[in-house]
Amino acid sequence: MDFKGSDTIPGPRTEDHLPQTAQAAVKIVIVGGFGVGKTTMVGSVSEIRPLTTEETMTQAGVGVDDNYGSESKTATTVAMDFGRISITEQLVLYLFGTPGQERFWFLWNGLFEGALGAVVLIDTRRLEVSFDVIGRLEERGVPFVIAVNSFPDAPRYPVADLRAALDLAEEIPIIDCDARRRASSRDVLMTLLRFLHSLARAKAPT
Amino acid sequence: MTPPQRRRRYPSQETAEPHPTRPKEGPEGDTKAPERLYVVAGPDGERADIDLVTLIVARADPPPSATPEQTAMLRLCTAPLSVAELSAYLSLPFSVVTVLLTEMLTTELVQARAPIVRQALPDRSLLEAVMHGLQRL
Ligand SMILES: Nc1nc2c(ncn2[C@@H]2O[C@H](COP(=O)(O)OP(=O)(O)OP(=O)(O)O)[C@@H](O)[C@H]2O)c(=O)[nH]1
Ligand SMILES: [Mg+2]
Repeated sequence: MDFKGSDTIPGPRTEDHLPQTAQAAVKIVIVGGFGVGKTTMVGSVSEIRPLTTEETMTQAGVGVDDNYGSESKTATTVAMDFGRISITEQLVLYLFGTPGQERFWFLWNGLFEGALGAVVLIDTRRLEVSFDVIGRLEERGVPFVIAVNSFPDAPRYPVADLRAALDLAEEIPIIDCDARRRASSRDVLMTLLRFLHSLARAKAPT
Repeated sequence: MTPPQRRRRYPSQETAEPHPTRPKEGPEGDTKAPERLYVVAGPDGERADIDLVTLIVARADPPPSATPEQTAMLRLCTAPLSVAELSAYLSLPFSVVTVLLTEMLTTELVQARAPIVRQALPDRSLLEAVMHGLQRL
């Protein structure tokens, strides 16, 4: 591992420093298949230039036997973009644009454990790339909303058809968005927060 | 035109518990992933319970004994900084940063501020605070 040395490392810009009072962070994950707009959404709402954290993994070849005797392994670098929004002087929100393939998720310990919730970005031209992700979130009990990214040539289905196709419960919000626009991405996050709030109210009405 | 139809892979997953479940140890002590995947992460010793959004704050100036990595880390987190940001600025994998931080927590070079995680019974005032923050965007 080539380490750059502390003099050459660019740190956060002065205006990107969190206040000393910052006590805790919360996180939201933005998931979706390849090219659905995860990075775009993180970038459009983040107060800092989006950053990337990488993880390296090796995968033991499964069913690959063209190399006699030698265990075949491939090293893969998996990147994840993230951004940040300061909520109060004490609280910070982080947004992670997470690769769609669930086998990558465990690379980052605690990525889904503890996330307040998730945004599932979908592209109606390739709805099926999101099926797996939705199933995995359900299995893990991570609450989520669906954001339909507005690609110009994408088919537009009625919400009821989308809900049926994705086999989603009635209460799960489905909204249109343009991940390139900050206001639109912010609305998606607000929709998620309102949904989480309604779940909380349902569990403890008072 | 009808969209393709998702099929649930397992029945009755809707009752998934709200607590994130930790993966169980397999029979051969093979943990975490269904596939056989291995994280490459330097010395594979004990690691502190460090999340991507644990906030790290330096407690001291780099001591003379500090390694270049430790010095870089301490310079970065004079103000609170998440582990994810440390990983990004240092261009080091999250797992490696975690290993480095475990040592620095033990030697009290840095302090860690734990994240607020999803609860079975969500904290409404927390959610409201986040909504207010988003509205100001
Ligand atoms: N028209 C339109 N284009 C979008 C929108 N969101 C993203 N794009 C474009 O779609 C392309 C892919 O977006 P990314 O944000 O890189 O998608 P991603 O999910 O991060 O992709 P991967 O990380 O490669 O999986 C880019 O060229 C974006 O400019 C949107 O809401 N509308
Ligand atoms: Mg991306």
